[in-house]
Amino acid sequence: MTPTIAIAVGALAAGLVGGWLLPSNGHNRDKKLPHGTRRILVPFTGTSISRRAFDAAIRLARVEDATIMPAYLARVPRHLPLDAPLPVQCHSAMPLLETIEQRATALGVSVDTRIIRGRTYRDALRRLLDTEHVDRVIVSATSSARTGLSSDDLEWLLEKVPAEVMILRPDPEDHRAVTAGAVAGHF
Amino acid sequence: MVPAADRMPELVRERPQPGRGHYTIFLGMAAGVGKTYRMLQEGHAELEAGRDVVIGLLESHGRAETQALAEGLPTVPQRRVEYRGTELWDMDLPAVLKRAPELALVDELAHTNAPGLEHEKRYEDIEDLLDAGIDVLSTVNVQHLESLNDQVAELSGVRMRETLPDSVLGRADEVVLIDLSPEALLTRLRAGKVYKPERIDAALNGFFRIENLSALREVALRQVAEEVEAKRLVTETVGTRDDVLAADTPQAVGERLLALAEPYPGAQRLVRRAWRSAQRLGAQLDVLWVSPPGRDPTPEQERALGALRQLASVLGANLLVEPGDDIADTIARIARDRGSTYILLGRSRPARGLARLRTPMPQALMERLPGVDVRIVADRSKKHEKTP
Repeated sequence: MTPTIAIAVGALAAGLVGGWLLPSNGHNRDKKLPHGTRRILVPFTGTSISRRAFDAAIRLARVEDATIMPAYLARVPRHLPLDAPLPVQCHSAMPLLETIEQRATALGVSVDTRIIRGRTYRDALRRLLDTEHVDRVIVSATSSARTGLSSDDLEWLLEKVPAEVMILRPDPEDHRAVTAGAVAGHF
Repeated sequence: MVPAADRMPELVRERPQPGRGHYTIFLGMAAGVGKTYRMLQEGHAELEAGRDVVIGLLESHGRAETQALAEGLPTVPQRRVEYRGTELWDMDLPAVLKRAPELALVDELAHTNAPGLEHEKRYEDIEDLLDAGIDVLSTVNVQHLESLNDQVAELSGVRMRETLPDSVLGRADEVVLIDLSPEALLTRLRAGKVYKPERIDAALNGFFRIENLSALREVALRQVAEEVEAKRLVTETVGTRDDVLAADTPQAVGERLLALAEPYPGAQRLVRRAWRSAQRLGAQLDVLWVSPPGRDPTPEQERALGALRQLASVLGANLLVEPGDDIADTIARIARDRGSTYILLGRSRPARGLARLRTPMPQALMERLPGVDVRIVADRSKKHEKTP
């Protein structure tokens, strides 16, 4: 065997052994994790999310190559501890988060969903923003005083949150919403 | 793992013990479904069949139909207890034991006794009756079970102060569900058959809303189904010596799901799907990340792990982080320890190079965990991608 062939065989064997050993523990070393990406928070309550807020978040995320962070704000009743499981609210939130994630992913936008508890919607939002950095917040103002974030909450967002806050004014088109209906039956 | 020998006493306890009374519990979704009424009907039937029946304790709540049905059944008078200047009435346990009937009717087993009596809770009084060989019929609403207390509180906005361990239901020989549609219960309520007229409006606007009742009914139906399943498994397990040896593996009562997740945003989808399956099966959910040993998570992994932890907590699932060099072996060990019956995992990325020669993870798990279902969760956002 000539030295050249011996070197070639040796290199091939080393490559094979190296290729075998490197992933041998089964841990995926090359999983691509978003690093330093811009984040667009889309907080919501109830059983649907405003279609306009969703579309706006998707458009911006595409332009900025950002990740959208849909966050379901769950209110914990006073008689429950703050870290109590909330299966009833999860029944509404989970299919909705699934719908949002499926739609956004299908549109080529990466998603990082959250479900956050608090005594009030504002409290939940504050807890989220205390632990997570976001670059933008997109919320849809509601004409109903009983649902979603109140005008006080929106004012608080504008004053206290160190991010760009985009509040979409109420619109006749607001009846168009993203709901969990899209995944009902097969989620 | 619990050795078979150590599990024996627990299993044997479920067998009818010689000399112990027969225990039947009537379970309902809410007040007014007819638990007490059914208990009294059964009492009359037994009395007519020639058995010695007494009412140990009846809570009629002033309902005329219930009071009328109680007539004709012998009653052991309640005993008066004075506590801090207040007069309280409770079952007279010593008197019932002394009377030694064949069958005692004891309403509302979650009740807390007046301080100073033999036991703190009424279900403990019932244990004494059963130990004395007295058969017992009793009643309870599903929201009094400890494991369901948080769930029911969230559903109804009402937190039950009087609770009892789920094991009490497990010790009953029979659990009979008294079912009534929410609409029928509301009709009874409006007709004044559940509460007095002055309480009806408050009840309709509070606890007795149709969505509450529907959810509680589902919880009650599921609870009884689980009890039946648990008893079936135990009966099968205590049958023969071989059966007991087979019980050396943790016998799952019902289902237990193990979802395999990694700390990256897409993992939440898998956890959501696993939770939904767990809800449908009435199963516990564990979420497991097998972390590479000796390596700290990156900041992005830390963030994703925090989100997973938050999600698991709000769903009532357990997040486990287990270091392990061999993922399949670690998963198999955890699945055996926790008695998992299902494993859910996401689709692996295509293997490259020589990694193609390795056994794929689903197959590796099936080889290591015979009898455990392995489910690969699809990414539905991509379901139309390959459609021509």
